[in-house]
Amino acid sequence: MATTALEHAPAHHEEATGIWSWITTVDHKRIGIMYGVTAFLFFLLGGLEALVIRMQLWGPDGRLVSAEVYNQLFTMHGTTMIFLGVMPLSAMYFNYMIPLQLGARDVAFPRLNAFSYWVFLLGGLIINASWFFGAAPNGGWFGYANLTSAQYSPGLNIDFWTVGLQILGVASLAAAVNFFVTVINLRAPGMGMMHMPMFVWMSFITQILLLLSFPIITVALVLLMIDRSFGTHFFVPAGGGDPILWQHLFWLFGHPEVYILILPSFGIVSEILPVFSRKPLFGYAAMVFSGAFIAFVGFGVWAHHMFSTGMGPFADAFFALATMIIAIPTGVKIFNWIGTVWGGKLEFKTPMLFALGFIAMFIMGGLSGVMHASPPADLQQTDTYFIVAHFHYVLFGGAIFALTGGAYYWWPKMSGKMLDEGLGTLHFWLMMIGFNLTFFPMHIVGLNGMPRRVYTYSAESNFELLNKMETVGAFLLGLAMLVFMWNILKTWRSHQPPAPADPWNGATLEWAIPSPPQHFNFPALPRVHGRDALWEMKRVAGGTLPEPTPVAHDAVPMPNPSWKPLVAALGVAITLGGFIGGSHLWVHAVGLVVLFYGVYAWAFEDPFAATGH
Amino acid sequence: MATAHAHADDHHYTATGIDNRKLAIWTFIGSECMFFASLIGTYLVYKGRDVVGPKPHGEWLLNGVAQEQMLEIPLVTFGTALLLFSSFFVVLALNGAQKGNRKQLIGWLLATIVCGVFFVGMQVYEFNHFAHRGMGYTTNLFSSTFYTLTGFHGTHVTLGLVWLVSVLVVALRGKLPPEKALNLEMAALYWHFVDVVWIVIFPVVYLIR
Amino acid sequence: MTATAHAPAHAEGHAHPTWQTYTKVALILFALTALEVGAYEVVHRHSPAGFAAVLEPIVVEVLLFLSAIKFALVAMFYMHLKSDGKLLTTIFSFSLLLAAVIIGALMIIFYYLYQHAPTVNQLK
Ligand SMILES: [Cu+2]
Repeated sequence: MATTALEHAPAHHEEATGIWSWITTVDHKRIGIMYGVTAFLFFLLGGLEALVIRMQLWGPDGRLVSAEVYNQLFTMHGTTMIFLGVMPLSAMYFNYMIPLQLGARDVAFPRLNAFSYWVFLLGGLIINASWFFGAAPNGGWFGYANLTSAQYSPGLNIDFWTVGLQILGVASLAAAVNFFVTVINLRAPGMGMMHMPMFVWMSFITQILLLLSFPIITVALVLLMIDRSFGTHFFVPAGGGDPILWQHLFWLFGHPEVYILILPSFGIVSEILPVFSRKPLFGYAAMVFSGAFIAFVGFGVWAHHMFSTGMGPFADAFFALATMIIAIPTGVKIFNWIGTVWGGKLEFKTPMLFALGFIAMFIMGGLSGVMHASPPADLQQTDTYFIVAHFHYVLFGGAIFALTGGAYYWWPKMSGKMLDEGLGTLHFWLMMIGFNLTFFPMHIVGLNGMPRRVYTYSAESNFELLNKMETVGAFLLGLAMLVFMWNILKTWRSHQPPAPADPWNGATLEWAIPSPPQHFNFPALPRVHGRDALWEMKRVAGGTLPEPTPVAHDAVPMPNPSWKPLVAALGVAITLGGFIGGSHLWVHAVGLVVLFYGVYAWAFEDPFAATGH
Repeated sequence: MATAHAHADDHHYTATGIDNRKLAIWTFIGSECMFFASLIGTYLVYKGRDVVGPKPHGEWLLNGVAQEQMLEIPLVTFGTALLLFSSFFVVLALNGAQKGNRKQLIGWLLATIVCGVFFVGMQVYEFNHFAHRGMGYTTNLFSSTFYTLTGFHGTHVTLGLVWLVSVLVVALRGKLPPEKALNLEMAALYWHFVDVVWIVIFPVVYLIR
Repeated sequence: MTATAHAPAHAEGHAHPTWQTYTKVALILFALTALEVGAYEVVHRHSPAGFAAVLEPIVVEVLLFLSAIKFALVAMFYMHLKSDGKLLTTIFSFSLLLAAVIIGALMIIFYYLYQHAPTVNQLK
């Protein structure tokens, strides 16, 4: 079965390699890998920032960094982890897995997909370039007004933040349009919406949230930028503006953003649990509708971040109740996951460990979340480490656990190599222990009154022991990350046989094709009749399917590579980059010229034109 | 794995029968709704919260001297009519493109563009005129929110014009046959969206006191 | 939701409204705009006084209603939502609904907020 049509194809029809082939690629799988590599590097950077924070808080009156540097560290840690870590790591899976799970050849707009990646990369680089100016953003990841005004923050710090986030917003919106259309239109023949794998469903809902919430933060950032560049008073009380409006606009985006971060992880876990329990997902329809309900109601709860601003009893009650209601569909999901595992033939492979860890940690994060849904409790907890504990339980214990589980699950498909199970198990337990050691004590110091975002604490506060535990835990997490990287490196260099197409007895279509897949994914579009399409095919075939054989590399015409998306992305970055340190007309002008050149070259390019060889 | 379609069909296949690009432009328009909602929301929240004049409606004081109402309804009614005309014209152009009627396509498309250019001209004149009457960008909350909201709308109109002109050039070179009418339809949908946003802005900003 | 119904190229056009419909819609749009401006002028000038007295308390609702009709006409006929199927209409209506709800919510929240914290309004 090892004979392949590929071997018979002429040599120059091999898939292109080399750096230029990656720069011009429009292949969703390569773009997915680039998202993954870039996001992982940013994730490590954000992790290092967290370690410096933990070292600073090792003992009372820490002197490792100044208060000013500490502000930059926690701001960049949050901004990096959210916009440059978790979101693009999810985007890696959107890119790589949505077309495969749908049985499609690529996304709906391959060049737009490349554009999204390049804009994301440039946005991430611009935000982080601030470090070289000694002016990293320092207003917290939510950049509350007045802290960010020209009067109180005259440096470049906030400019880098507003500009960088706007650029990242362009990337997210372009990608969201692309994936929204892909999911609706590129489902394999016969695959109805209610046949789609749960990861595709949750990702689809995520795209809707991105489409509806990112324009709001874009407007908020634009208004802030105008305030800073041109001296308007949108958020400046001296001119009648209201800093509270910033909070509303920010959290109108910010709360849906929480679901943008976690819904893809819900999807990943919903893929892993059935496969390693040998049972279909329990309550498929309930999972879809609870996901949609969470997203929908998620637009009506934003002000639970603002109880301490004093909104009055009516608004407080409304937002508290709406927030508590979200616990119901979330609970539905948790029971469905447990129902999936219940009575299954469990296989405790690494992806399964992370998926189960996700459920446990996410429940804890959810429970503390319900606690501060109540305004009186929130007034005690807000701005303390209790909140830090809460959102790390949902975003680290939730999203990062699931994303890591997804990495172990899909690694064979993406790389053609199997990761080491022993190291994987070690990675899981180190992360589980390190995570809880880092973040559980934060509940206690938080309730005891330790405030967030303060660069040091006094000896008489009695916070020292718990902070020391947290720092030890953080370094365990760093160690876990090293184990993960060692696992990747070791298996990458080993001479193991290539990973089979379907190492886990998977249920979905990505496991029907070779690992890694050929450029066009499916030589012929699969025909789907229901859920768990691959399990169905295997059942019809009487148990297993033969290892799929690669076909000739040029069997299916695919769109040509293109450098135009990169040019357009550069145009976006330069145009908006001109707003760093005021408004520089000539930079905007150069950026617009580059942008228009890129867009026109792109629009009038025939993606299927013959290429010369 | 069963073969569903011949390869040649695959690149046109969509599960819903709606063209990918048409679905994409609608998705983008949906997203843009939230963009303008945020700007309109900001305008309305700040309405009447100014610490100094001018205000949109009624007389206001500049250095103790009474000034005439800022917003000029006849001028903007003219602009509104232009945008409505242009929306009407662009559907006629699209109709021509779909029927392969080149004269109808080019004539009405040109008319659309002329209306759009005059609308932008109206807005440039309005902004200049307001500036001369003492309402700068940073004068007060009303001026900032007004210029930002209508300015972003104007930017959208301008981008729509660039798009329509591009389509017109393609059409003039004879490269917009009926099977490619979608290239115009996408620009037209965007143009109509810009028009309906103005249909909201016109009463909300100009007519409601 | 399978692809068997029709090829996209044929889905366009033939179900769309005719030239006459487009013209009728244009005329209605102009008439409604004239009504809007008329309503504004009546209230602005307080004449005719009797009509102005009736109109004044409801002029905001009237103006919003008229603009909603204009909006719907353009969306249904010029943007072809009436003939182009449910999916596109759903996308647009859902976004519009959320947009309207958010504008309304912000206005209500700030209305109550400012009731308790009025700022100086030197214009009055
Ligand atoms: Cu929230």
